[in-house]
Amino acid sequence: MNGINELNQLKAKAVKDFEVTDGYRVVVGMATCGISAGAKPVLEKLREETAAKGLSNIQIVPTGCIGMCIYEPIVEVFEPGKDKVTYIHMDPDRVSKVVSEHLEKGKPVVEYTIGEGEGDKLRNLDDVQFYKKQKRVVLQNCGLIDPENIDDYIAIDGYQALAKAVTQMTPQEVIDLMKASGLRGRGGAGFSTGMKWSFAAANEADQKYIICNADEGDPGAFMDRSVLEGDPHSVLEAMAIGGYAIGATKGFIYVRAEYPVAVHRLKIAIEQAKEKGFLGKNIFGSNFDFDIEIRLGAGAFVCGEETALIASIEGKRGMSRNKPPFPANKGLWGKPTIINNVETLANVPKIILNGPEWFRSMGTEKSPGTKVFALGGKINNTGLVEVPMGITLREVIYDIGEDCLNGKAFKAVQTGGPSGGCITRENLDTPIDFDNLVAIGSMMGSGGMIVMDEDNCMVDIARFFLDFTVDESCGKCTPCREGTKRMLEILDKITAGNGTLEDLDILEELAENIKNTSLCALGQTAPNPVLSTIKHFRDEYVAHVVDKRCPASVCKALLSYFITDACTGCTRCVRVCPTKAITGTVKQRHVIDQDKCIKCGACMDACTFKAIIRK
Amino acid sequence: MQNDCGCNCNKTEDKRYAELKAYIDSVKDSQGITMTVLQEAQRIFGYLPLEVQKFISENIGVPIAELYGIATFYSQFAITPKGKHHIGICLGTACYVRGAQKVMDKVVEELNIGVGETTQDGLFTIDATRCLGCCGLAPVMMIDDDVYGKLDNVDVIPAILEKYRG
Repeated sequence: MNGINELNQLKAKAVKDFEVTDGYRVVVGMATCGISAGAKPVLEKLREETAAKGLSNIQIVPTGCIGMCIYEPIVEVFEPGKDKVTYIHMDPDRVSKVVSEHLEKGKPVVEYTIGEGEGDKLRNLDDVQFYKKQKRVVLQNCGLIDPENIDDYIAIDGYQALAKAVTQMTPQEVIDLMKASGLRGRGGAGFSTGMKWSFAAANEADQKYIICNADEGDPGAFMDRSVLEGDPHSVLEAMAIGGYAIGATKGFIYVRAEYPVAVHRLKIAIEQAKEKGFLGKNIFGSNFDFDIEIRLGAGAFVCGEETALIASIEGKRGMSRNKPPFPANKGLWGKPTIINNVETLANVPKIILNGPEWFRSMGTEKSPGTKVFALGGKINNTGLVEVPMGITLREVIYDIGEDCLNGKAFKAVQTGGPSGGCITRENLDTPIDFDNLVAIGSMMGSGGMIVMDEDNCMVDIARFFLDFTVDESCGKCTPCREGTKRMLEILDKITAGNGTLEDLDILEELAENIKNTSLCALGQTAPNPVLSTIKHFRDEYVAHVVDKRCPASVCKALLSYFITDACTGCTRCVRVCPTKAITGTVKQRHVIDQDKCIKCGACMDACTFKAIIRK
Repeated sequence: MQNDCGCNCNKTEDKRYAELKAYIDSVKDSQGITMTVLQEAQRIFGYLPLEVQKFISENIGVPIAELYGIATFYSQFAITPKGKHHIGICLGTACYVRGAQKVMDKVVEELNIGVGETTQDGLFTIDATRCLGCCGLAPVMMIDDDVYGKLDNVDVIPAILEKYRG
C-alpha cells in the first residue's frame, strides 16, 4: 500500500461489490449470540436453497451482532430503493419460505418479520422502540458488514483514517485532535485518551508498545466481544493510529480465551490487513511500521487491570503492581506502553475522519460521544444498546428496554459489574456519564447494565459479587485477599440466617478498609456492591438478620414451605419429596414437617393446585 | 529405562511431544512465550501433567516452579485430567439474576458430582464459567462448543445431557 490513491482505488472497487444495485443483500447475524441461537443452520440453508433455485442476484453475508439478542437468529434483507426487511427467530424451515416467497417472488413473508407487520406495513428493526433512542457510532458497522471480508470495511471508509493520520498529520497533531475530541477511556475509569497518548509520546525509548485490552471480564458485559466479532478492522486501524501517535511499532491484543469467535475473526483480519499493507512496513509510504500480535488470556479477571495484563503478556502470573510508574512510562518489558480498551479504540478512526467537533456534538460536555451498554437481567429487551452520553437511566430501561420481564416491579439496576453499585428508582433520572454515575455510588465500568426486579434479593446479589471477587483476587495484597474473603463469610452467614446487626457494621468497616488499602482497582472497588446495597437496601439486610426472613424469597435457608387450604390431597407432593417431610391422608390437606424439609422446592413445582406457598 | 528428564514418560514415542516441540521451536524467538506454550500444551494434551511441565521447562528454560505457579493461577489451565465433555454453566451476572443457580443445581444433581469435578466414567466435568457473553440468552450452559440458552425450565437438562452419553 503506497498511498491514499491506491486505497481509494480499492475503495471504488469494494463499494461496487458492497452496494446492491439489483437483487438482494441478505445478512445473517453471526456473532456468538446469533450462533448460539442457531444462526449456522440458517446460513447454510440460505446458501443451499438459493443455490438449488439458481438465484444468482443474491449476496449472502454473515455479519456481526445486530444487537437485539432476544430476536436471534436474525436475518435482514436489503433491496435497492426499499426499506430493509428484518426476519426474526429464523430457523431452516422459515428460511425455505423466505427464499421461495421473498427472494424468488419478491413477496416478503410478513408473519416472520419483526412486530408481525401491521396490515401491509412491514416493520424492520429501525421501527422498533429498542432502536429509536439509540445512536450507533461504535456499533455502526456491526450487523452491516462481513467482518471476515476486508473489502466490506474498505467500502465504508475503512483505513481512510489511518491513511489520513500517517500521510497528512504529525503524531502531535493526532494527539491534539484526540485531546480536542474529549474521548475518555471506555474501560472503566474514563481517563482522557489523548492525555494518555501524550504521556507515552513524550517518553524517549527504543521501543514502545500499544495494547488493546480485550479481556472483557465484567460478567454481563459483551460490547467488546461484539465489536471484535462484528468490526475487527476498526480496532486494528485504531491501534495503528495510536502506534503512529505515540511512536510504537508493535501492538498486542490481549483477548479472553472465552471468546473463540472473536479470536478467529481477529486472526483473519490481521492477515488481511497485512496482505493489503495496512499493517507491516512502510504503511502508506510513510516510513511508519506497525505490527499486531494476539495474546490469549487464560481466565483471570484481574488481567483486565493494566499492570496485571502486562504481566500476563510477559508470560507471568497476572498480578498487579503499584503505580507509579504508570505503563505510559514503564510498561511492557519496561518500555512505554499505552493500553486502550476495545470500545475506546473503535471510536478513534471515526474521530480522525469526522473531526473532534462531530464527536463533541454527541453526549455531554465532560463525557462526549456515545456509550455501549449490555442491557441484561430482568428486562424485556436484552441486548447491546448504544446511546449518547447524557441520556437518563429511565430512558434506557423503560424506553429502550421496555420495562421489567413479566410485569414485575423494578428494584435496581447494577452498573460497573463487580466494581460498581446498584442504582435505585430515585436516581433513574440521572443523566448517564462518567462523573454522575460515580456521584450516585456506582460507576460506568465497561458498560454492563443488569436490571433487577422484586424477585432478586439484594443481599444475595452482594454475596454473588463478593464470591466473584474472592475467586478472582490475585492474592498479592492482604486487604483484597483476606478482607474480601472475610466479607464473603459474613454475607454467607447472613444469607444462612445466622447474621446479627453487628455484622452489618463489621461489613461496612471492613469495606472501607479494603477500599482504602488495596493495591489495585480490583480490591479498591470490590466492596462497592456491598456498600451500595447496604446503603439503598438496608431494610433487606435487617430483615435477614433480625426477622430471619428473605423478603424476595431467594435465600433458601430463610424460606419455609407451607401447604394451604387449596390442597386436594392428591399426594403428588408426597411422592416427589426427597426427605419424606410431607404427610397426610389421601383427599385431605397435607402438612410439611418443617424440621425434615430441606427447602428444595420440589413439592411446589409438582403441585398442580398452587396449594404450596413459600415465605 | 528413564528418559533424560528423569521420568518414564516415553516421550520419544509419544507424538504429542514432537508436536509441542515443533510449536516451541516456532515461537522461540518471541518474547513472553510462556503462556502461549502452556496454552498450546493444554490444547495438545488436554491438561498439564507434571511430565509436560518438565518438558516445557527444559525446552524454554523457565523453572518448573514458575510454570506450576502460572498453571495454577489461571483458571483455564488444568493439572488434572478433564472429562470427555466439558459442561460450563455461566455464572455471569445476567445469567445469575435469571436463575443460573437452578441450572447449576440441576446439573450437579443429575451427574451427582460437585463443581470442578469429573464423573467416574470420565464423561463429564462441570465448571462454573465466567460470562460467556450470550447474556441475551440467559441462563446459559455450554457443553463443549454447543451453547444451550434460555434454560428457564431446568427439566430439559437431563435430555440435553443424554445426547452426550451416546
